[in-house]
Amino acid sequence: MDVLYFAWVRERIGLPKERVDTNATTVAELVAELRAREDRYEAAFADLSALRVAVDQDLTDFDAPITNAREVAFFPPMTGG
Amino acid sequence: MKIAVQSEPFDFGAEAAGFASGHDDQGAVVTFTGIVRNTADGTLKQMRIEHYPGMTEKALAAIAEQALSRWSLGDVLVIHRFGDLAPGEMIMMVATAARHRKNAFEAAEFLMDYLKSRAPFWKKEILSNGAEWVAAKEEDENSLKRWQ
Repeated sequence: MDVLYFAWVRERIGLPKERVDTNATTVAELVAELRAREDRYEAAFADLSALRVAVDQDLTDFDAPITNAREVAFFPPMTGG
Repeated sequence: MKIAVQSEPFDFGAEAAGFASGHDDQGAVVTFTGIVRNTADGTLKQMRIEHYPGMTEKALAAIAEQALSRWSLGDVLVIHRFGDLAPGEMIMMVATAARHRKNAFEAAEFLMDYLKSRAPFWKKEILSNGAEWVAAKEEDENSLKRWQ
């Protein structure tokens, strides 16, 4: 699946998008896998209360299933308007 | 219903006039425009607005659809820009048309409250002495509660 990062999450991880092959079944499992990779991921995902997640472009929760997801995106709370 | 996500400026006067014409059954049009506000000490050089192409359009359309189903509205317009904007530039506008003003005002407030916290935009202030992501405000999240 594609994993996308926006705003300071993108800056901390250092890229806007990457292809991730994973057996994770939920967002939380995917986060655990990413955090274990490198310090920059650990830094980005250190405080999940400061993050929001969208699966296939719909806002959801960290316990959401991702088994059939094409796209998972992580970002800080939105500041539109 | 018109939803536009664009980097280029929009003509507020022309958009508002176009939106307000051609509805002889709608007695009220409310518009709101958001403008890039400088910092108190005037250090803002640019407001950089990032968004999530694809999700942004879907989220804005869903918010507009919700407004249409909740209030009796003739039409809804949402324009939101992204990219680098200078202080004083217009960031976004919403417009609502209804038979009576109460629905038009309420629906415009609803649209603004949801755009603030549920549309995937992120603002970064480029200042003369650095850059800072704008943090989401708790009061913005709280203002959604009145609609839930």
